Amino acid sequence: MAHTASLARRPFLTRSRKEGLFFFIFISPWILGFLIFLAGPIIASFYFSLTTYDVLSPPQFLGLQNYQDLTSDDLFWQSLRVTTTYTLLSVPLGIAFALGMALLLNLKIPFIAFFRTIYYLPSVISGVAVSVLWLWILNPAFGILNWGLGTFLHIQGPQWLFSEQWALPSLVLMSLWSVGSSMILYLAGLQGVPTELYEAASLDGAHAVRRFWHITVPGISPVLLFTLITGIIASFQTFTQASIMTQGGPHYATFFYVYYLWQTAFGGSTIDMGYASAMAWILFVIVFVLTIILLVSSRLWVFYEGAERG
Amino acid sequence: MDERQGPDPGRPGLAQQRKKRRGLVGKAIALAVVSVGALFILAPVFWMLSTSLKTLDQTLAFPPVWIPPSLQFKNYPDALSVLPFGTFARNSAIVTLTVLVGEVLTNSFVAYGFARLRGPGRRWIFMVLLSTMLIPFPVLVIPQYLLFKNLGWIDTFLPLIVPPWFGSAFLIFLVRQFYMTIPRELDEAAEIDGCGYFSIYFRIIMPLAKPALASVAIFSFTYNWNDYLAPLIYLDSPSNFTLPLGLASFLGRPGTVIPWHQLMAASLVTVLPCVLLFFFAQRFFIQGIVVSGVKG
Repeated sequence: MAHTASLARRPFLTRSRKEGLFFFIFISPWILGFLIFLAGPIIASFYFSLTTYDVLSPPQFLGLQNYQDLTSDDLFWQSLRVTTTYTLLSVPLGIAFALGMALLLNLKIPFIAFFRTIYYLPSVISGVAVSVLWLWILNPAFGILNWGLGTFLHIQGPQWLFSEQWALPSLVLMSLWSVGSSMILYLAGLQGVPTELYEAASLDGAHAVRRFWHITVPGISPVLLFTLITGIIASFQTFTQASIMTQGGPHYATFFYVYYLWQTAFGGSTIDMGYASAMAWILFVIVFVLTIILLVSSRLWVFYEGAERG
Repeated sequence: MDERQGPDPGRPGLAQQRKKRRGLVGKAIALAVVSVGALFILAPVFWMLSTSLKTLDQTLAFPPVWIPPSLQFKNYPDALSVLPFGTFARNSAIVTLTVLVGEVLTNSFVAYGFARLRGPGRRWIFMVLLSTMLIPFPVLVIPQYLLFKNLGWIDTFLPLIVPPWFGSAFLIFLVRQFYMTIPRELDEAAEIDGCGYFSIYFRIIMPLAKPALASVAIFSFTYNWNDYLAPLIYLDSPSNFTLPLGLASFLGRPGTVIPWHQLMAASLVTVLPCVLLFFFAQRFFIQGIVVSGVKG
């Protein structure tokens, strides 16, 4: 090329151009995957949300009809209510539980490695197996939960999954059993907080509560942000429990959003991928808005050690 | 350590002793709390094991029998012969391991770009990446299903295996967050020593990020081993079922009484590889996490 001559004087690949080129080389696998498995399908999904489509015959264009129908669909509102309630209960409780566990397991006490293993164990066995197990634990007649309540607290336990009132709290309770993966992340975060900070604060006379709020929380704030966002997203997509344990019941008490969506698109007697796509898009907007709010607010409370700050 | 710096040099032991005693009491309380918590966490697991070794009649006893009088080990071969669990296990292994290798390689590679290299529009592209993480799988699953249907991939493992090899926003974000905590001075020093971006990535960042890669591997394995929705949608014939699908079909079999003893046996066998992997990889996992405090 012609510019080889000028290369000696002023290289074409300046430092920042080279860095930019390598940036794209490094992220290229994701860009490809994004175009093929995300961007294309998303555009298609939006198109389908404007149609009715039973897969057997070609999609029929409806305009915004699906969205309009959703506003008067009682099941849609019920599924949204169930999912929101579950999220509001399980995400904050889950973070509190996981952080509490991590703080305990960060102490220098005997057998700590053993306890860490035990506390993490339930997260390793998520999914269908855990749903099956809890179906059995929550069994009102023969399960250990009601046995424990009766034996130790002399309480007649509720019907749990068979009760309209208790079915959703049952699933929240079950979710608290498996918060181990965020616990591990918090533990990693806690151990990444420089001990010098704690020592300095102690010398300055800061007591444990102050040290927690002023050193621990900022120190693990990136991890907190991560678990908060992913927790909300995961909770809005709850499916397995509804599918395996309750089939959305009793009386739609655990009729999760994605369970309704799955029924509409794949599992029900009448399939409408168009209607399901409209539901999916509404879910996307909800989750997106919530996350943007968290990310924007994170500028106020999240700190990175290696971050480029001018 | 600081023992000589007590306020009263004449009686250096006393304050120290009191402090030590208070520390011991605190530790004892902490140990008690942690132990009680551990009991609550272990009870369900023990209950699963116990049920899996009972007769069907014993599972329906109240109050529950914690330790069955005679251990019914035959529940395991019985449960595993009711449905072809060997096939399910093989299918799960193929899918999970193929995905795991791809996710560790791709995500750590892509994360380096986002954490360290400035390119035009990086901030904007990263926002797009984050927003893809927010896209509910169901938004994608319908058009992806139709795409894979056109490719003739339905009822094969390909829809489960191929997309993860292009990276997942969740794991890229996780690794990138970790890279951000590695001091930039290390990169800069290596650059001054003449390292290019690939060698900074392979020699500096990757080795320091082992704990993050271990967590990617563990997340990837446990997620895919336990994944239910995607296999449920993409796999039709029982000979292609993964373990979670097999377990679900066990539960859904028509019959008056659920065979809890066999169901628990099958569940235990399903979760066993994850538990073993965790016990096996845990030391490296936690030890690696400690390394994150990069001192140097």
